[in-house]
Amino acid sequence: MAETATLSRPAAATLPAIDPGALLAVQNLEAWYGESHVLHGVSFDVRAGEVVTLLGRNGAGKTTTLKSIIGIMGKRTGSVRFGGEETIKMSSRSVARLGVGYVPEERGIFSSLSVKENLTLPPIIKPGGLTVDQIHELFPNLKERAGSQGTKLSGGEQQMLAIGRILRTGAKLLLLDEPTEGLAPVIVQQIGRTIERLKGQGFTIVLVEQNFRFAQTVADRHYVVEQGRVVDMIPNAELDANIDKLHTYLGV
Amino acid sequence: MFTIFGVPSAALFGQLLLGLINGSFYAILSLGLAVIFGLLNIINFAHGAQYMMGAFVAWMLLNYAGIGYWPALLLAPLLVGAFGVVLERVMISRLYKFDHLYGLLLTFGLALIIQGLFRNQYGVSGLPYGIPAELRGGQALGFMFLPNYRAWVVVASLVVCLVTWFVIEKTKLGAYLRAATENPTLVQAFGVNVPLMITLTYGFGVALAGFAGVLAAPIYSVNPNMGADLIIVVFAVVVIGGMGSILGSILTGFALGLVEGLTKVFYPEASATVIFVIMVLVLLVKPAGLFGRAT
Repeated sequence: MAETATLSRPAAATLPAIDPGALLAVQNLEAWYGESHVLHGVSFDVRAGEVVTLLGRNGAGKTTTLKSIIGIMGKRTGSVRFGGEETIKMSSRSVARLGVGYVPEERGIFSSLSVKENLTLPPIIKPGGLTVDQIHELFPNLKERAGSQGTKLSGGEQQMLAIGRILRTGAKLLLLDEPTEGLAPVIVQQIGRTIERLKGQGFTIVLVEQNFRFAQTVADRHYVVEQGRVVDMIPNAELDANIDKLHTYLGV
Repeated sequence: MFTIFGVPSAALFGQLLLGLINGSFYAILSLGLAVIFGLLNIINFAHGAQYMMGAFVAWMLLNYAGIGYWPALLLAPLLVGAFGVVLERVMISRLYKFDHLYGLLLTFGLALIIQGLFRNQYGVSGLPYGIPAELRGGQALGFMFLPNYRAWVVVASLVVCLVTWFVIEKTKLGAYLRAATENPTLVQAFGVNVPLMITLTYGFGVALAGFAGVLAAPIYSVNPNMGADLIIVVFAVVVIGGMGSILGSILTGFALGLVEGLTKVFYPEASATVIFVIMVLVLLVKPAGLFGRAT
């Protein structure tokens, strides 16, 4: 927790305590890829209805953190509580069934499935998800190309499909791994507007980003991840005041 | 009676029919192998033994329980499929984290054990299994005589293959199967029970082999070695069609049966090797198989 983070950087002393009652409370999360120890005690929380980003350099452990939350990392320890329930020992299937939707960094569009099949693949877990019509309204391109092979879509459309398909399931917490990576500015803006709308509809979102200029437009709070730890938390309103510190963190 | 390229029509069409019958078995068996390989990434060497079990279960149902061909056509695949489910749960599922080779070795060993047990119990001379009364006799078509049962085998296997293809390519259930074949981790992360899907898919592939075994029982004698003889050719068919391709395995199965039949008419000496010659040629020109996608 805070103690481990303190060792790495004095700034971490300012990290607020984790609220165990938050919708998502991650404490002292460690994870391994085989022998390689990649997360060394990640702690952060996300309250219901918030949009929170994990910022950090390549290889800092942001993607691994999301993978550990959804449960597809082989070995992980610590605590991940979702809706008050401890999920650290659960399979990814059980975590998903609690209401967590996951968009992987590589988007994970299935090439042997049509766009429509991709969109309706994740099973409905809880009531309250969007209908296919509502998703089409959000992303009109997906409707036009419903019959195409999933991977024939452009990068931006694939990203919309990857986000769209988890909106149907009734998941309340969305884990989005770099949804803007490699996309044209106009598409990035569209994704940003979508995230705002989803927040307005009550979704809680954890966003992994490298682009903090984009993160600034959508998020409530930012956690900085460095070498497998959360080292700082910056409320969005204070982002501009902390811009120099952030540049140091991100190495930009 | 007329002749084609100096061959009497009855002989030509007779061999073509025989080829189509063989092709029917190639198609069902290679389809089962393709479905299993697609999702489990395991080359199911026990497939021939499971086909043999289908024939034996039909024979046992008849001789020990008085249950005839038609109920057996449903029951035997279910029983053999259930055997496959147990096999997957108890043994095969322990090997997914290792190299594919271990799955191949395990299923190969299982095939030897199963065949050995049946040989001990029933010998190798073969047991007779009669053609069901409804399908005895045949039709004189003018250019050839068509036995009813053989026509039934071709139709039944075509229907089973097409229904399987339809379910996999066109339904929601099939979409899960295709998605899990591509990326099981992600499908599981959507809340789908992938391990259960894998178990049932293996059971289904094995049930297909059992079904083929029941179809074969009245044509070939029910013999512990019937699967071992056939499966080598079926593996060649799978390699030619492309590992894991559903439609490819069906089309290749029927087509190679016909090619084999034609070879028997025009150059009988090559009929036992023609499929392997084609396999070599296909591997040279298109290593992923005719319908396979290079990975």
